[in-house]
Amino acid sequence: MSDASLHASPYENEAQFGDYFALLKPRVMTLVVFTAFVGLLAAPVGVHPFVGFCAVLFIAVGGGASGALNMWYDSDIDAVMKRTAKRPIPAGKVTRDEALAIGLTLSVFAVVFLGLATNWVAAGLLAFTIFFYVVVYTMWLKRLTPQNIVIGGAAGAFPPMIGWAAATGDISTASVLMFCLTFLWTPPHFWALALFVRMDYDNATVPMLTVTHGRRATRRHILVYTVLLAVFAIGLGFTQVGGPVYLATSVLLNALFLKGAVQIARRDEAQAEADSYKVEKKFFKLSLLYLFAHFGAILVDAGLDRLGVWG
Amino acid sequence: MSLVKEHELHKRRRGRNIGVGLVLAAFIAIIFGLTFVKVTRENFQVQPQQGVTDGN
Repeated sequence: MSDASLHASPYENEAQFGDYFALLKPRVMTLVVFTAFVGLLAAPVGVHPFVGFCAVLFIAVGGGASGALNMWYDSDIDAVMKRTAKRPIPAGKVTRDEALAIGLTLSVFAVVFLGLATNWVAAGLLAFTIFFYVVVYTMWLKRLTPQNIVIGGAAGAFPPMIGWAAATGDISTASVLMFCLTFLWTPPHFWALALFVRMDYDNATVPMLTVTHGRRATRRHILVYTVLLAVFAIGLGFTQVGGPVYLATSVLLNALFLKGAVQIARRDEAQAEADSYKVEKKFFKLSLLYLFAHFGAILVDAGLDRLGVWG
Repeated sequence: MSLVKEHELHKRRRGRNIGVGLVLAAFIAIIFGLTFVKVTRENFQVQPQQGVTDGN
């Protein structure tokens, strides 16, 4: 036993407030907040600013709660993967029971308060999102199918729909297409990353497309999803949330995204290794801009529309 | 021994306690704000009690 360990405090590993907050996956929450905010503001029905603020907050809390439940269930695989080994449960800061209690409590809190603050359609959608992410994705399909990224992407795509429903009380073509935007964007975004970052999902026995079907098939999958994404993304421009700024942004970004996906599909591993995955890395960076710019453009068009710029 | 002497536990858990305190304060502010917004809206109506409308 070392001298340092003899003098180590028995409470050194005690959880701080930040460890409990980390259970809510704050980085994922930023995307949830942004897209829910856009969905809420793009809706044709105005809401009181404070109610809107609370709606986005409760959607974020619901998203965070599902993150905590995901960490509760996946603590075994988080412990064996380098990327997730420092999460509060595998790091020994928070117990699984605590994570479960926090996740369940915040889930109920977020759904009930979203319903009371706005309406029960939005609350129902939030409840379904949490159920879908925790039960359908985390517990059922994540460890079963290499299409897990597609299913996980669906859970992450609900916030703009919930934001829209919080304002209008319903589901519309525009809100479904906003869902499709994030849903179809997730697979090419993640699989591009999987091509150039060596992931240790194998150790955790989570099937990843790059391993189960090979890198050649992953490249083809990226292209297929990018083509589908372009159709739905540009289609969104012809609904009530679309406007000149959105259409111009979408056409330009989809052209660039498709060009990148075609390049990825045409390359083989030897070519990619020769230039250190330059094309894949560029495509991944573009994917980050792609989603932010699409939702940002919806926001800009909604703002210009309210100012009466387009007449 | 003074009654106000700070225990080591208090120091150790200060961050946690302040965090929980702030969350609770934010929760109260949100409920207060939401209630205020809802009752000051033009279409806000108090539902009459059944017994009162029936004249019982």
